[in-house]
Amino acid sequence: MATTDIHIHQDVHHHDDHEHEHHEGNFWTKYIFSQDHKVIAKQFLITGIFWALLGGILSVIFRLQLGYPDMNLDWLKPVLGQWITPEGKLDPEFYLALVTMHGTIMVFFVLTAGLSGTFANFLIPLQIGARDMASGFLNMLSYWFFFLSSVVMFTSLFLSTGPASGGWTIYPPLSALPQAIKGSGVGMTLWLVAMALFIVSSLLGGINYITTVINLRTKGMSFTKMPLTIWALFFTAIIGVLSFPVLFAAALLLIFDRSFGTSFYLSDIYIGGEALAHDGGSPILFQHLFWFLGHPEVYIVLLPALGLSSEIIATNSRKPIFGYKAMIGSMLFIAILSFIVWAHHMFVTGMNPFLGSIFMLLTLIIAVPSAVKIFNYVTTLWKGNIRFTPGMLFSIGMVSFFLTGGITGIFLGNSAIDIQLHDTYFVVAHFHLVMGSASFFGMLAGIYHWFPKMFGRMMNSTLGSIHFWLSFVGVYLVFFPMHYIGIAGFPRRYYSWTNFETFSGFADLNMLVSTAAILTLAAQFIFLFNFFYSMFRGRVAPANPWQSNTLEWTTPRNPGHGNWVGEIPSVYRWPYDYSKPGSKEDYIPQHIPFSETPESNLPNENELIKLETSNGEGAIIVEGSKH
Amino acid sequence: MMSLIIVLGIVLILAILYMIFRVSSLITVAKGPKDDKPGTANKVNAALFIVFMIASIGGFFWYSIAYFDSYNLPVASEHGTWTDTLFWITMAVSIAAFVIISIIAFVFLYQYQYREGQKARYYPDNHYLELAWTIIPAIVLAILIFTGLRAWNDITAPAAKDAELVELIGQQFAWTARYPGVKDGALGKNNYRLIDDVNEFGLDLTDKNSFDDFKSLELHLPVNKEILLKIRAKDVLHSVFLPHFRVKMDAVPGMPTQFKFKVTKTTQQMRDELGNPNFNYELACTEICGRGHFSMKMAVVVEEEEAYEQWKASQEAWLKQNPDYLERVPDALKEAAMINAGFQNDPGSTVAEKNDQ
Repeated sequence: MATTDIHIHQDVHHHDDHEHEHHEGNFWTKYIFSQDHKVIAKQFLITGIFWALLGGILSVIFRLQLGYPDMNLDWLKPVLGQWITPEGKLDPEFYLALVTMHGTIMVFFVLTAGLSGTFANFLIPLQIGARDMASGFLNMLSYWFFFLSSVVMFTSLFLSTGPASGGWTIYPPLSALPQAIKGSGVGMTLWLVAMALFIVSSLLGGINYITTVINLRTKGMSFTKMPLTIWALFFTAIIGVLSFPVLFAAALLLIFDRSFGTSFYLSDIYIGGEALAHDGGSPILFQHLFWFLGHPEVYIVLLPALGLSSEIIATNSRKPIFGYKAMIGSMLFIAILSFIVWAHHMFVTGMNPFLGSIFMLLTLIIAVPSAVKIFNYVTTLWKGNIRFTPGMLFSIGMVSFFLTGGITGIFLGNSAIDIQLHDTYFVVAHFHLVMGSASFFGMLAGIYHWFPKMFGRMMNSTLGSIHFWLSFVGVYLVFFPMHYIGIAGFPRRYYSWTNFETFSGFADLNMLVSTAAILTLAAQFIFLFNFFYSMFRGRVAPANPWQSNTLEWTTPRNPGHGNWVGEIPSVYRWPYDYSKPGSKEDYIPQHIPFSETPESNLPNENELIKLETSNGEGAIIVEGSKH
Repeated sequence: MMSLIIVLGIVLILAILYMIFRVSSLITVAKGPKDDKPGTANKVNAALFIVFMIASIGGFFWYSIAYFDSYNLPVASEHGTWTDTLFWITMAVSIAAFVIISIIAFVFLYQYQYREGQKARYYPDNHYLELAWTIIPAIVLAILIFTGLRAWNDITAPAAKDAELVELIGQQFAWTARYPGVKDGALGKNNYRLIDDVNEFGLDLTDKNSFDDFKSLELHLPVNKEILLKIRAKDVLHSVFLPHFRVKMDAVPGMPTQFKFKVTKTTQQMRDELGNPNFNYELACTEICGRGHFSMKMAVVVEEEEAYEQWKASQEAWLKQNPDYLERVPDALKEAAMINAGFQNDPGSTVAEKNDQ
């Protein structure tokens, strides 16, 4: 409820600002149509939180159906109206709509826009030492296209025929034929329009991120001195720019098939008592196009979370991230491989089995860089001096989910084993842990960690810990039992299993899962309270609350547009000089020249002093000298 | 009234929680500026990780062992036994890796928690270590890939020529099977434009192979004989899932698909084995197909080959059930149609019978 209020409040703000205008001068350009990357980041964040809450609530509604199939849901009637049948049950078609919208919202609106949108916008200029994004205007457009897309998608929830209901993968012909399911009528049209707008937003953002990282790094910030967050966000943007247009093409062809009678995806269809004129299309074509985005999308969602966690884990372990270059290398390798594994979603779609063999080979290779990342995280903890800040706790949770969910990928990537597991709850468990929960925890870690920079105040760390433990245990209780349900063969997207003897068991586990889901959602309100309360009443943040090395902590407590008051600091060292032997403090920020730290310099770093001048003018920075 | 009380109760609890929060934060303010050193909370979190590790790994092993029979689905096909073996080998490797890494990570979290005056070790990289944990997973994965590839290639290899042919047709929200009939053993052609209320297969009656094809709403299969499922869909995507046979293949409108397999246990054998006289094999749909997706089921009966052949012979051809469609048969084939569909006996065979007597 808290956020609903907050949103109403925000809305009121939008409309009421005539009154404020006199007091706040240019309210419109400062808070609404702002070109300041930090404000845009917060806009993405608040919108993302709104969507996350909605996506979570949708999932709890369908979990009620699955966990408590006999429950009378009449009490939901005031909200859901006709979607509750006279018997007090959830309408089976609306169940599918819930599943579809939950997936769409979480994957695109929360974990793509909410995660990348927030942290790429916020951190790229601050961590590379730039005044703003390369194009503040395009950046603003990126948010407003996203906002428009959100409005369209949100509207589709209120249609009498329901929102899109063919699964978030919107496979035709189901998504192309309103005769097949009600949601494929106007709901699907709005879905496609919203996604087209979303892709525009994502491309505008992505191009901006890439340009900014390449061109606007401050003096001395060579690629090999960039924090891993920036590397991750940089790769993410590149993947997005290369793959989102393919989804756009897929959606466009689907629009043609739906509205203009073309046959890209449709053929040989007899439905509703008539044979359709469509001829010669292939539903498999859509699947290839969809997953050409869909798989890279997994890494669009995951890489930022990995980047944020790398930064937070190194900071709070008070240790350099282990294997900085291996981390970059594995992200690069993952980014490349992400484009050539898409058809592992299609082993049993009737695709040529030989393609299946190739994609199985490529898919399992991707486990190697992922394993390297996990080992590197664990080694970073070794002999650290670990501080369990809320950001750190969520980063640890992220790594744990990445491990637990990632390891089941080895089963699913193996086409022979996938025959049985495909489209069962095993898959649901796998991707909710490895990309859903892991990325979500990465996002929460980022919020806790960078909140002081965003709002100049600290979040309450006790509430943060409580939020973490409830969520961490909750998420495992929700998704771990699904492995068993999946091994037993339970298919996903089933409204109920009682029609099948084979799937008649596990009422107990399903109830456990649903209960845990409700509690986990409830725990998020602790976060919401903490977030909004701390924004106004939290403890005032010190300049560098986590004693971190990266550049954003050299800005004023509440940086204005332009970020640094005077000159942008130059960068002399990599961002992970934590607990360097000889140094008094256990961290040396990136902008401290080697000439000021003779006691801790390594031999080759002493040589670099010659290249530093006292005022940073004319300094020649030698790349990659140390690592 | 009851709901009002519940709402009031919730409001009260939230208000109390908020008061506790306010008081505790005021106390911190009153205590003066914080020195930002991690305190008791840090120790509690570190300890909780150990508690979590023990409880979760313990719970995982306990449930996995105690409830093995409830989630382990019995297998009744030749390739299924093979893929199950691969599954459990992968499981063993995964659990070993998962448990070891998890324990190491959680122990590190506890062991290296913040301590006053302790300094972390500056340890940016170690190429040997990194090389080791690149190569070891690569080797393990390579082994898994090659065993998987062998199984996959075998499963997807062309079916034997004498494989038992059955066609499955998915539509919203039911499955229908079409058998090639005992006379010619071949499925007649079909065309979706010929589909109507009665001719649900879109059977093309100008093809002589279609005359003896028969329809079944139950999927009958012979045991220990290779079966080739031909799969198609009429309206949207569906997916054939035979959980006990480890068979899954999408039904795609406009693109017939197939899956070959060999069942190793009859329904009766399975009933005896499980001690469940009501056991039945089932076919489910695993590709979202609309409102009734969750109810798209077909009963499956696996019999000894002899019983299966008897069942097949006892089925009436579709054309015989729908004699109106005889007029669609070209004149030249009418007689063959009459014979193959079983309207009249084959004159040749009558002659042979007479000669026997």
